[in-house]
Amino acid sequence: MEMQLNQTEPVISIKGLYKSFGDNDILKDINLDVFNGENLVVLGRSGAGKSVLIKIIIGLLTPDKGSVFVLGKQINKLSGNDLNILRLRIGFSFQNSALYDSMNVRQNLEFPLTMNVPNLNRKTIDKTVEDVLDDVGLKDKINEMPSDLSGGQRKRIGIARTLILKPEIMLYDEPTAGLDPITSQEIITLINNVQKQYNTSSIIITHDLTCAKETGNRIAMLLDGCFVKIGTFKEVFDSNEEEIKGFYNYNFIQ
Amino acid sequence: MPLQLHKPYLISKTIDHYFADVSKAGFFVLRFFKEAFVPKFHLREIINQCFEIGVKSLPLITLTGFIIGIVFTKQSRPSLSEFGATSWLPSLVSIAILRTLAALVTALICAGKVGSSIGAELGSMRVTEQIEAMEVSAINPFKFLVVTRVLAATFCLPILSAYCGFVGLIGSYVSVHVLESTSIVSFFTNGFSMISFLDINASVIKSMVFGFTIGMVGCYKGYNASKGTQGVGKAANQAVVLAMFLVFIEEVVIVQMANWIRYY
Repeated sequence: MEMQLNQTEPVISIKGLYKSFGDNDILKDINLDVFNGENLVVLGRSGAGKSVLIKIIIGLLTPDKGSVFVLGKQINKLSGNDLNILRLRIGFSFQNSALYDSMNVRQNLEFPLTMNVPNLNRKTIDKTVEDVLDDVGLKDKINEMPSDLSGGQRKRIGIARTLILKPEIMLYDEPTAGLDPITSQEIITLINNVQKQYNTSSIIITHDLTCAKETGNRIAMLLDGCFVKIGTFKEVFDSNEEEIKGFYNYNFIQ
Repeated sequence: MPLQLHKPYLISKTIDHYFADVSKAGFFVLRFFKEAFVPKFHLREIINQCFEIGVKSLPLITLTGFIIGIVFTKQSRPSLSEFGATSWLPSLVSIAILRTLAALVTALICAGKVGSSIGAELGSMRVTEQIEAMEVSAINPFKFLVVTRVLAATFCLPILSAYCGFVGLIGSYVSVHVLESTSIVSFFTNGFSMISFLDINASVIKSMVFGFTIGMVGCYKGYNASKGTQGVGKAANQAVVLAMFLVFIEEVVIVQMANWIRYY
């Protein structure tokens, strides 16, 4: 199923989405639109279903009910081949970076490129890899193995690996989780730079309020599998709802 | 106490899970045949895996094959000499090694070395989301990881078995030569006189089946690993145990089939 896409239409549109694992209802009646060029932050506690949501958007999980349109295509109705074509336009940054640990940084970046773009010559591959590494500020790590990199460097290489295919949409799963405040700030700056430089629309999954405030054009607050509030950071946290206040206060204390 | 309106399992939890596992494994094998013959073929990765499975197993196969040749000859010799039949030793050793021992020993070594390695590698990739990372990069992980490894194991096992058989016969010759100064030409002429085309064919086919089984079991266990590092260890362990078990069953079945062809 396909929607006509234009500037005012959302690049991601989720309607009436439900997902459960066994008796555990994870997502309940999720409705969300992400517009062209915006960074939308999905904020919520651990286990709220945030990661499940973006895994449904990229087609790693299938919804029990509801529809997910990405760049005008209904993701859960696509054939394997069409899904792969669409995935080339989406970048996914994993929580633990998911770098291929048997490959060095160069090979990690080359792999999606050479597998998806046939007949590239060595010079073009090298230039593309070096350019993307330059964008994430890790050109000097090109021959390192993932095991030799710090957590922050691994995150940046993970983001570089998704950027190599020039995605239109970026999905970040907990980009600052497990990082110190200074490295978190570097990742936040990188996310904002990617939005400007690559003109991407993004969904950022996080429970980190600093990350949400500094990267998000809009915030969607996910509590107990439902969005309780969607708006700017101020609109969401000016709310009088107890659960949102509790989340804010807990993060503030932390 | 409320009435239980339906049984949670068809038969019992264990039996239901067993049949669910069998069905899942069946679909995994079917998927292999569905994807193995459709482009794109990752030839470079198949060659890489042939190197990992084949070349890196050579030292172990050489040592084991050579020792088997020596030991089997030393153990058989006293019995044959009681009947004054030591001249039959090369034939006896050749039949034992080329019909069964070479393929079986190679398969057991590879089940331990290659099966566990594939199970652990894919299991580790699964729990660290590297397989999902391939999927979201529009790369078919089944084709890249599973098909290449299973094909490499299927191609390499017959070659390794043939090599193991050759080294085993050399070991046997060394053992015979020390005591009787038999010439190598006479040993091999005598040894191969009892080996038929069917023996060679059956051994090659058997080794291919063993290779396919070892690759498939390692990949299945690794690809479906879960529950973190514990799951990786479990996948590697189960890959070895199940592969060895299946290799023995296949050995019995193929020997029966070869004998049936031989005598009827």
